[in-house]
Amino acid sequence: MAKSLGPVKRKFSPWTDPNEKPFIRFENITKTFGDYTAIDNLTLDIYEREFFSLLGPSGCGKTTLMRMLAGFEEPTSGRILLQGKDISGVPPYRRPTNMMFQSYALFPHMSVEKNIAFGLKQDGLPKDEVTARVAEMLKLVQLSQFASRKPSQLSGGQRQRVALARSLAKKPKVLLLDEPLGALDKKLREETQFELMDIQTKLGLTFLIVTHDQEEAMTVSDRIAVMDKGVVMQVATPAEIYEAPNSRYVADFIGDINILEGKATAVGGGLTKLDCDGLAIAVADEAPCTAGDSIAFAIRPEKVAISLDAPADTSVNTFHGEVWDIGYLGDFSVFIVRDENGRTMRAAQANIARLVDRPITYGDMVWLSWKAESGLVLTR
Amino acid sequence: MAVTEAELSSKPNPARWLVVLVPYVWLLLFFLAPFLIILKISLSDTAIAMPPYTPVFDGFASFGTFLSGLDFDNYVFLTEDPLYMDAYLSSLRIAIISTILLLLIGYPMALGMARAPTTIRPTLVMLVILPFWTSFLIRVYAWIGILKPEGLLTLILQTVGFLGPDEQVQIFRTEAAVFIGIVYSYLPFMVLPLYSALEKLDGTLLEAASDLGCPPWKSFWLITFPLSIPGVIAGAMICFIPITGEFVIPDLLGGAGTLMIGKTLWTEFFGNRDWPLASAVAVLLLLALVVPIAIFQNQQQKA
Repeated sequence: MAKSLGPVKRKFSPWTDPNEKPFIRFENITKTFGDYTAIDNLTLDIYEREFFSLLGPSGCGKTTLMRMLAGFEEPTSGRILLQGKDISGVPPYRRPTNMMFQSYALFPHMSVEKNIAFGLKQDGLPKDEVTARVAEMLKLVQLSQFASRKPSQLSGGQRQRVALARSLAKKPKVLLLDEPLGALDKKLREETQFELMDIQTKLGLTFLIVTHDQEEAMTVSDRIAVMDKGVVMQVATPAEIYEAPNSRYVADFIGDINILEGKATAVGGGLTKLDCDGLAIAVADEAPCTAGDSIAFAIRPEKVAISLDAPADTSVNTFHGEVWDIGYLGDFSVFIVRDENGRTMRAAQANIARLVDRPITYGDMVWLSWKAESGLVLTR
Repeated sequence: MAVTEAELSSKPNPARWLVVLVPYVWLLLFFLAPFLIILKISLSDTAIAMPPYTPVFDGFASFGTFLSGLDFDNYVFLTEDPLYMDAYLSSLRIAIISTILLLLIGYPMALGMARAPTTIRPTLVMLVILPFWTSFLIRVYAWIGILKPEGLLTLILQTVGFLGPDEQVQIFRTEAAVFIGIVYSYLPFMVLPLYSALEKLDGTLLEAASDLGCPPWKSFWLITFPLSIPGVIAGAMICFIPITGEFVIPDLLGGAGTLMIGKTLWTEFFGNRDWPLASAVAVLLLLALVVPIAIFQNQQQKA
């Protein structure tokens, strides 16, 4: 990891405890489809009661990994351990995992009630127990009055809830969620994210969610695994992923970031000094590299201050240029500043004051500045 | 000038009516009119004349005498002679058994096709349609060559050693031969609607069932089969209706013991030259099939 954030206070962090046994362990998993390698020698631990996200662009192997845990695919090599037991070869209908499908996969010929009862009936539970559990689930997802409707008579959000209730009904050891909120509109998606977190805490289950939506992953997860081309790039908490990405790929994938390519000029004394095409930058971190290495400097736009005058504090890093474009996002404005060499850098500023009072506009010569602690060095 | 969709649809469009009208006129001319003629003949009396029945409609001047010449004698006769009722019931029995056999053979075939890799599915569909490239009659005749006592089947079984050199297969001219002929001829009509229903089935539903603890053999009965019922009904209807009236197959492959209403109809028309009675048989056959189908259609629309 490029840099440590120091001890962070967390209520729940079993992955920091060396005595804690992982609940799910993907061990040297490789999965190939013909010539195509979907998962490449991947090892990953997930802990009990964790809300874990697999995040990545489509085709990165995240869904394949989840399907292997559900039992729909078998790894080409490697093992999957659930509570220390190898579950390779166990068919999906005997695994203690349940999945919420991206398409929801509700049985169209069954009512909401029957859909939710389906899994319970497979276990041969007595009728009154099934009825009670279905009622409990319907209450949990607030669909009690829709019990006898068919899926086709429900809205997208309601179907999503039925799918969730159905996958939770059997109290699975692990709940797998495949792009669970993808089909919902933004507002409903945000509401549902918090509901999911609430349900997860209430039921004390382990959730594994697959998503390509970084905001969703950031909101709901305890930890996120960022994947690319069948490889896990970084596994960390949302804050660590955002504040301390370990590679250009992760930095660029999560949120907005300025990345300047350059060379290390000096490493030591708690600092890494870079030269980015004539622009000298200091970062308060000793990166694992030596002078002369090609590395990159990265900084989030909201950590860059913008002013018309040169900053008084001469210890900060600066970037002088002309305001090239302004992106108004409502809560934030993003200024794209261009220097005489044609390099651009973005600075985001919270719109505390109303638009009319904004002093900086197109064509203004401005100073961007940031502290040495705000930036990052990316060696990968 | 831009024309909105509302304007387009509100304008009377003669071309649109023409499109709707053509099939209706076609049905009127070639289905309803012949049916009315048959209905009229069924109410007439047989005669040694040309055409072989009276009365004959010869203008509206004598319309009253024409009407008074019509009666239900033929229908009464059908109820008096048990031959006809037996033929109807036998036809229904053969049609029901054949439809069940077709389902038992066609369903696994259609399921196999629907689960086959997408690249070879068109080929499989082609293979099912392939027999249509030869005449139906020729294919039924070919079965005579296979099933007759000195035919291909006997030869093969003798070669394999299953039958002795002077033993022969006794299938030809039995009801079993009729079932073989019917199942063979109607199989594509059963497989294709089943295939189209099964092919549409979303595979993730089966994954979801499996995920919820349902093993594959059980999910077939809980998911696949219920969702394919429209295909089962379509296939069963498409086969059952024409099998009931089937004439060629029982005539060519069946023996004297195979009684079917289509064959009875043929005998009345061409053997006995009793057009009015044959027409009555035809009208009753039509009603026997149309009424349940109409009720069924009505139910389907409500569901």
